[in-house]
Amino acid sequence: MTSQQKWIAFITIVRREIQRFLRIWPQTLLPPVITIVLYFVIFGTLIGSRIGEMSGLPYIQFVAPGLIMMAVITNSYSNVVSSFFGSKFQRNIEELLVSPVPSWIILSGYVVGGMSRGLGVGLIVTILSLYFADFSIHSLPVTIAIVLMTSLMFSLAGLINAVFARNFDDISIIPTFVLTPLIYLGGVFYSIDMLGDFWGGVSQINPILYMVNAFRYGIAGISDINIVWAFTMVSLFCVVLFGVALNLLDRGSRLRS
Amino acid sequence: MQPALAIEQLSKTYEGGFQALKDISLTVQPGDFFALLGPNGAGKSTTIGIICSLVLKTGGKVSIFGHDVDKDFSQAKQLVGVVPQEFNFNQFEKPLDILIHQAGYFGIPRDVAIVRAEKYLRQLGLWDKSHVPSRTLSGGMKRRLMIARALMHEPKLLVLDEPTAGVDIELRRSMWEFLREINASGTTIILTTHYLEEAESLCRNVAIIDHGKIVKNTSIRELLAQLNKELFVLDIREPLAECPEIESYPLTLVEPNTLEVEVEKSQSINHLFEVLSGQGIEVLSMRNKTNRLEELFFTMVEKNLTGESHD
Ligand SMILES: Nc1ncnc2c1ncn2[C@@H]1O[C@H](COP(=O)(O)OP(=O)(O)O)[C@@H](O)[C@H]1O
Ligand SMILES: [Mg+2]
Repeated sequence: MTSQQKWIAFITIVRREIQRFLRIWPQTLLPPVITIVLYFVIFGTLIGSRIGEMSGLPYIQFVAPGLIMMAVITNSYSNVVSSFFGSKFQRNIEELLVSPVPSWIILSGYVVGGMSRGLGVGLIVTILSLYFADFSIHSLPVTIAIVLMTSLMFSLAGLINAVFARNFDDISIIPTFVLTPLIYLGGVFYSIDMLGDFWGGVSQINPILYMVNAFRYGIAGISDINIVWAFTMVSLFCVVLFGVALNLLDRGSRLRS
Repeated sequence: MQPALAIEQLSKTYEGGFQALKDISLTVQPGDFFALLGPNGAGKSTTIGIICSLVLKTGGKVSIFGHDVDKDFSQAKQLVGVVPQEFNFNQFEKPLDILIHQAGYFGIPRDVAIVRAEKYLRQLGLWDKSHVPSRTLSGGMKRRLMIARALMHEPKLLVLDEPTAGVDIELRRSMWEFLREINASGTTIILTTHYLEEAESLCRNVAIIDHGKIVKNTSIRELLAQLNKELFVLDIREPLAECPEIESYPLTLVEPNTLEVEVEKSQSINHLFEVLSGQGIEVLSMRNKTNRLEELFFTMVEKNLTGESHD
């Protein structure tokens, strides 16, 4: 394929992915928005007013960046995992497998599709959050960079999950038993300074901790951990996941018999 | 000129150890209309799967118009279009989108793809369904949608895996007509089938596959002639020193007391006995000898009749 043809193939996959989540918006766009608004009402407004300050910020301003990140993470992940698994299940992944598209284009197409939804929902939630909390942006480059990388990383993770999945249970196990706990323990709702040495140390292996803190730094200018360190860790996770995903597609694991 | 398809010593052992293909070799010339004929489980879909890289082969070589499917995969894939046995499109997408997307994966720009998609949807009688979710299409429409999809990048070799399974007679005829036109315009076609009738009315050449082996590779004409012959074994009283010669009855002396004769199904055998009697040869008994090919067709026909044809 010429690079022109590769570009067309890439755009086709991205366009198809976006069409998919827009077509089924009551399943893809509405639920995360409702969930996040509930979080804002309950944790931000109702309970938040009793909590007072966290890390020197009013609780709602502390929690808002975490909630936005949560939306980005879950939507990037679930878009790729359900779309890719769906095309395995209906076997229309074969349309790509018989075509001359190289694996890295397939991977990039699905990942950019997932990022479109993750970032799209993230944007909607950000706009909604302005209704509950007013915050200014401390550092726009940090904010944007960390959101992009987070979305990338969880889109990749979603694809890997989908490649291994053999049935619909397999695509809900990881989100339920791995992703949700990591998000809740990743410093969305509290500062890890509250955890003490041991649990604070354990939390360091949770990638979501780095993302939430870097994002909170970008918006509010405060972080539980060093920003450079956070970016390094997140980049590392992205590179590893990209390598794993590409290798799986190249070998045709669980795609070709 | 390079053959449209060249398969050398192809073998496939599935995970779990089942050997579906045992060193098959096959050549299909450009412009041919070729049938891969065989009963269920023979290895037809496995072969097709390997040609379009949905199945990973365990040995051998496959090339399409001289392009090796491993070393030269991008070019090889551009040259082949495949219509699989099972429906494998997104049932929630519209036919028009399915076609445009498929073209996109082959690097065809959207505006070109839109024009082409309309052309094929019209030709295959699907244009009025181009905007409905494809799950609402009938079985025959879904199959035609897959044919349109396989043509979007205008391949020189079109491969169809049991294209008329589950399609009613009338539709089957119009599908045949369409395939004949495509072939007449220069596209090489390979189709798998377990209906001899289908191979007979469409194809020029045929390979018969059974239990992962090619048992026959010949022209349809030759095959039909062979199927039209019966082989009889005659036990005779007095041993013969040499084989008698009787015009239009090819005889072989397999043992001094045993003759074999090939008779066309429409041919009378009265005359044979007359001549034999005249030569003083007394026939004690006669029995029919089925050949392997006939047995194979017998089981195929039986399976078709008992309705195992749609898997
Ligand atoms: N994925 C698979 N794993 C194991 N065995 C398979 C697989 N696919 C096909 N087979 C076996 O390989 C043989 C050939 O199958 P197939 O090529 O589909 O036959 P055909 O298309 O001629 O009916 C069959 O016995 C089938 O059960
Ligand atoms: Mg088959």
